[in-house]
Amino acid sequence: MTEFAIILLSAILVNNFVLVQFLGLCPFMGVSNKLETAIGMAGATTFVLTLASVCSYLINTWILEPLNIDFMRTISFILVIAVVVQFSKMFIEKTSPLLYRVLGIFLPLITTNCAVLGVALQNTTKEHGFFESTVFGFGAALGFSLVLILFSAMRERLAVADVPTPFKGAAIGMITAGLMSLAFMGFSGLV
Amino acid sequence: MLRVTSPHTHSARSTGQLMRLVVFATLPGVVAMTLAFGWGSLFNVALASVSAMVFEAAIMRLRGRPALFYLRDCSALVTGVLLGLALPPYCPWWLVVTGSGVSIILAKQLYGGMGYNPFNPAMVGYVVLLISFPVEMTQWAAPASVLPESQSLVGLAEGLKQIFAGVPVDGYTGATPLDVLKQNSGQTMAGLYNSDPTLQAGMLAGAGWEWVNIGFLLGGLFLLYQRVFTWHAPVAMLTALGLTSALFYSSGSDSLGSPIFHLLSGATMFGAFFILTDPVSSAVSTRGRLVYGALIGILLFVMRGWSNYPDAVAFAVLLANFAAPFIDYYTLPRTYGHQKARRATEKEEH
Repeated sequence: MTEFAIILLSAILVNNFVLVQFLGLCPFMGVSNKLETAIGMAGATTFVLTLASVCSYLINTWILEPLNIDFMRTISFILVIAVVVQFSKMFIEKTSPLLYRVLGIFLPLITTNCAVLGVALQNTTKEHGFFESTVFGFGAALGFSLVLILFSAMRERLAVADVPTPFKGAAIGMITAGLMSLAFMGFSGLV
Repeated sequence: MLRVTSPHTHSARSTGQLMRLVVFATLPGVVAMTLAFGWGSLFNVALASVSAMVFEAAIMRLRGRPALFYLRDCSALVTGVLLGLALPPYCPWWLVVTGSGVSIILAKQLYGGMGYNPFNPAMVGYVVLLISFPVEMTQWAAPASVLPESQSLVGLAEGLKQIFAGVPVDGYTGATPLDVLKQNSGQTMAGLYNSDPTLQAGMLAGAGWEWVNIGFLLGGLFLLYQRVFTWHAPVAMLTALGLTSALFYSSGSDSLGSPIFHLLSGATMFGAFFILTDPVSSAVSTRGRLVYGALIGILLFVMRGWSNYPDAVAFAVLLANFAAPFIDYYTLPRTYGHQKARRATEKEEH
């Protein structure tokens, strides 16, 4: 149990995928303009990330390793992720058409979220078992959701700030992300 | 006769007066620091305030705004004073100037100046320095009562030589009580209090340090009495820190420190009354400030106990600043006449 808690804590705070490992920055910058969209995106990414890390673990253990075709790992993971994203896209379209429209292009773009592939590949390099992979994927998604949601609440405030013209929009967003990344360094050594 | 329409809100103080009051309230803490560590902190405060105001004026000039008008609100002065107090005494001059440059330019003016900065400027400056120059930032002077008989506090000439020319002064540094606790392996709390010189010379939480914290506590209480800020954030932070440290307290060799030790060491009181209470970067509503303060207290204890940094007020404050807009979003106060709290974006229901 402690071991799972450590994996979870490490993935959420200490090795946060966005602010410490700098993965998944595109949706982080792209979908963080409004809090409500960010919450939807966080939910979708959590779903995809957890499912993708489970599926990629299964593929890796039951297909790639027995057949000795480890070199196919990256491409097969990409395929798995694309399928999972397509699945969740259909799922959201049926269950919440409004969210589907709000997320728009960003939903298929979860496929290119490097955090998803990053989690799958890190699961194999860290030699995580089935449950460890699931927890790691879920933790990474929670960490991503946490910073995405907090960041979007902050950007709503930044939108009305008197920012100098050259720094408006994405520029001040990047600076804020950098400062947040500095703050997350305070967690180093925690796990 | 003045023709002014309602509401007749009346504010006794301008921003400038308020800021000068904050500077004035740091005095007891500054005196305690000077008595314990010598004139280093005073010099840091002076250099940081002057450079902060110069940076502020330069940016205002660049943006084509009246520099003098913005300098008069004294917010740059407060940032400089707070940063100067946070930096180690007798640190190189460029460290102070870089820090105040980062605080004013990066953390304040790029966001639009006073009233818009989402992070506390002084703490951003401190964290940037701590991560970029860890060696210079972790050499804190030993308190006067701990220095050996043959040695006195750093003199004016040798101190200035170290600050401007980089000629090191011998043996003026010492481990802070929080450093001692962090590096402790195998000694019980009682053993530490008997063996470490700083802890031994003190009464509760190490010589010098406890008085510095009491000084900032007095200054903070003065500001509270003057109604410069509300009690919510500081009290929530100190309570959360006290409760978590009491919860995890043990006197054995794996001790993380007693509540009184945590409340009176490092930057606890300085942070609680002078950093958390920044009206811009903290949460706004009353309930929000309670959550914000408690979050800082808990994060502070977790990082002091288990992370690589012995004191983590700056990190905890930045993380809570980061969370503050989100906290505000979910702790909206109910407007008079409405049944439940409502966001501006929600539509009127009829």
